[in-house]
Amino acid sequence: MGIDLTAEAASRHQAPTVRGPSEEPVVLTINGTHHTVGLEPRVSLLDALRDRLGLTGSKKGCDQGTCGACTVWVDGRRVLACLTLAIACEGRQVTTIEGLAADGEPHPMQRAFVEHDAFQCGYCTPGQIMSAIALIEEGNAETDEDIAEFMSGNICRCAAYPGIRQAIKDVRDARERP
Amino acid sequence: MNTAIGRPVDRVDSQAKVTGGARYTAEISLPGLTYAAVVGARIPSGRVEAVDASRALAAGGVLAVLTHENLPEIAGQPHLLPSLLGAAAPGQSFFPMQDAAVHYAGQPVALVVAESHEQAQYAASLVDVTYRREPSITSIDEGRDRVYEAQRLFGGLMPGRDERGDVETALAEAPVRIEAGYRFAANHHNALEPPATTAVWQDGRLTLYDSTMGIRATQLTVAHLLGLPLSHVRVITHFVGGGFGSKAMTWPHVTLAAMAARHVGRPVRLALTRAQTYTSNGHREEQEQSISLGATRDGRLTAIRHHKLSITSRFDDWAEPATGVSSQLYDVEHYEGVHSLIQGNTMTPTFTRGPGETLGVFTLETAMDELAYELGVDPVELRLRNHAGADPRGNPWSSDGLAECLRLGAERFGWHGRDPRPRARRDGDWLIGTGMAAAAYPVAFFMPEQRARARVYEDGSAVVQTGTQEFGTGVLTVATQVAADALGLPLESVRFEAGDTDLPNTSAAVGSAGAGMVSAAVHAAATALRDRLVAMAVADAASPLHGADPAAVDVADGRMRLRDRPGTGESYADLMIRHRLADTEAVGSWTPPPLDTPHGLLTFGAQFAEVAVDPDLGLVRVRRMVGVFAPGRVLNPKLARSQLVGGMVWGLSQALLEGNEMDTRHGRWGASNLGEYLVPVNADIPEITVEFVEVEDDVVPLGIKGVGEIGQVGAAAAVANAVFHATGRRLRRLPLAAELVMDPPASS
Ligand code: FES
Ligand code: FES
Repeated sequence: MGIDLTAEAASRHQAPTVRGPSEEPVVLTINGTHHTVGLEPRVSLLDALRDRLGLTGSKKGCDQGTCGACTVWVDGRRVLACLTLAIACEGRQVTTIEGLAADGEPHPMQRAFVEHDAFQCGYCTPGQIMSAIALIEEGNAETDEDIAEFMSGNICRCAAYPGIRQAIKDVRDARERP
Repeated sequence: MNTAIGRPVDRVDSQAKVTGGARYTAEISLPGLTYAAVVGARIPSGRVEAVDASRALAAGGVLAVLTHENLPEIAGQPHLLPSLLGAAAPGQSFFPMQDAAVHYAGQPVALVVAESHEQAQYAASLVDVTYRREPSITSIDEGRDRVYEAQRLFGGLMPGRDERGDVETALAEAPVRIEAGYRFAANHHNALEPPATTAVWQDGRLTLYDSTMGIRATQLTVAHLLGLPLSHVRVITHFVGGGFGSKAMTWPHVTLAAMAARHVGRPVRLALTRAQTYTSNGHREEQEQSISLGATRDGRLTAIRHHKLSITSRFDDWAEPATGVSSQLYDVEHYEGVHSLIQGNTMTPTFTRGPGETLGVFTLETAMDELAYELGVDPVELRLRNHAGADPRGNPWSSDGLAECLRLGAERFGWHGRDPRPRARRDGDWLIGTGMAAAAYPVAFFMPEQRARARVYEDGSAVVQTGTQEFGTGVLTVATQVAADALGLPLESVRFEAGDTDLPNTSAAVGSAGAGMVSAAVHAAATALRDRLVAMAVADAASPLHGADPAAVDVADGRMRLRDRPGTGESYADLMIRHRLADTEAVGSWTPPPLDTPHGLLTFGAQFAEVAVDPDLGLVRVRRMVGVFAPGRVLNPKLARSQLVGGMVWGLSQALLEGNEMDTRHGRWGASNLGEYLVPVNADIPEITVEFVEVEDDVVPLGIKGVGEIGQVGAAAAVANAVFHATGRRLRRLPLAAELVMDPPASS
């Protein structure tokens, strides 16, 4: 599920420039909008989103890559924002839960989560939804076993797992029947 | 009339939760916000000899380092009482950083405040603390020579011993006896949102944004610790990312955040790290339980002896009460329940979902399974034969339903015709087993008066308010449903508001009591308001209802009308506009029935599970679960089902995954992250069937007995009994780790 941000980012620069350790202007593209924020290089993408940009939809459950609550997409692939440095996301497209609704219309996955009561406290939910949509794109939602397996990086302590699976199946099936 | 109660309506906060719009405590942004990081003690016992904060203070962005040397003294330490009581609820009767003593690893010894989260975390790693370590006791094994019997439990609320008849003799004379002892590892709640507090002072008044299951408890506790008038402390909580007991008490970090904010003169956010949650918000204590059952040959229980031994902190006699169900569920003349304690170097344990009874019932219901085998009686039949018709005082149950739950569960699960022989069913390499357990959980009633306020506007829309908080139970939704029905308004016209101590007072939502007591208060307020508007109409010569008997009037869609002539009536809006009332409101309150109500108070259910066990690898896969429950009135079956499923998953997890061991050399928990402390993930969880048995209950508020705990109770026992059926081996430890489950190597 990880993508190697550092190697690719390094290869795009001619000569490596040293940045930091103090705050630097960093340009981030979040949900299609460019933001210039002052960030120390050690700031995670998750903290940049939550504390600097006011985009608190991505959640912090562990800050160490074990719960999935911080799942966002970078260039269309799901990553754990708590294990990703914000500065390494320059020049990339970051998509968060706030960017899912097109023109105020909720994404079908958001609707399916409501319909199947696929959450209780809601704290894992943005991460679950970001994973759930990516799962279908990845082709990892073909079977019920696949869904359970490939959603297992997203912990729901309220244990809404059966509802989460049902929501994903619904969205997958609706796509297959145009 | 179309009622909202009982309908599976969507959560009223569902849009906020699926769009990322719901704001949790650590997401409140305030001008000038600063960030605090806690430094926890690295030793379990001893003293802080010196703190060198110079490197931390020199690091970028650091505003302050607080230690026992410069943190102000607290004004007073409140007693430890469960937050449901409506008093201060400090979690433990010890407040850190008042002197140099260290009583448990992770105890806060310093607090760093900085301009950013990263700066605070980094500087916390630079605080140099020198300790003098003293001998510690952090496990039951280390403290066996200092066991004592607990006089009172739960902050003095319950006696440690419960007995009737003559257990000794009855057990000695019983034709059949089962004796078993169990060891249970400690559990951690691991709510997905780590606890956080944001503190802001203005003109000597304190506002706290706190992730809590009881805003009122936070207000009372912090005011007491800081010596502030209650009117100067306001607590706000919009959304809480799960609690499961961890946020039911007000732990020290909440007050530390307020002290830090006062010290730096700016708002402070203190968010615990995941690792810190293992030593900051209580846990389910490591424990051992033993049980003896005496029975007749035809399977009637004659005596039960049920003992629990657990480890608590140095400063509190805290134990989850484990015998509230085993003392009542079955009709048994001779009973003895005893809780024993060891004081050790942990923080004070606390409520964890299904507090006490979930392991108490595990002990009882696995012993019942053994008894069923011993007697050759079907396990379902054995429960039916022994279920008590009244509580031990002879009081009838406020409502029952156990027999119906057992029968319906057996039918849905396909229990009948089960071959009871262990190791009789296979599926490839997997051994297949099925198991069941009865479930019961006490209904708690010791909260004070609960209040709510209802307001109707001249356009017929309404706002209903009470100081409860949403942590996943769906209280915002069910309270909206209750208010809509009581006011006679469509659901869409009612907005329910909560999460602020400036609103009318309710207690912390714990012990499955939340939905019932909040609904009762909301119902009282909404009914009072409707009655006032109806009274106004019948007294008004200009109203079509003039002179009518108020009792003959009902309200639907905001229109008051005669019940037997619905054509005659008028809307709230017309009446209010005529009276030039832009809005009108009423406060309602609900007081629980006296504790000595002549009724037995238990919620009942039945659990069934099928497992597949790989005997070579020790793997256990739960293939399906069926739970049937009789929780009284179900306000919203969609939400109730979710909560019951959640509880059953917690039971599965308690059986197979969850447990933490102390590393006694260091006196620290072995696991302090979600990589090593196992909680269930999607692939661990099978399809789960939940069914309801309807029971009418006119003793509990609005007939609601609650669904927060009962889903978990009995589920672990059903799974463990299924593992026995699959493998033929009775395992007496939780969790049932792979190394316990796998077949022992064949002796050659
Ligand atoms: S917060 Fe990133 S995985 Fe938990
Ligand atoms: S809804 Fe609470 S953690 Fe998933």
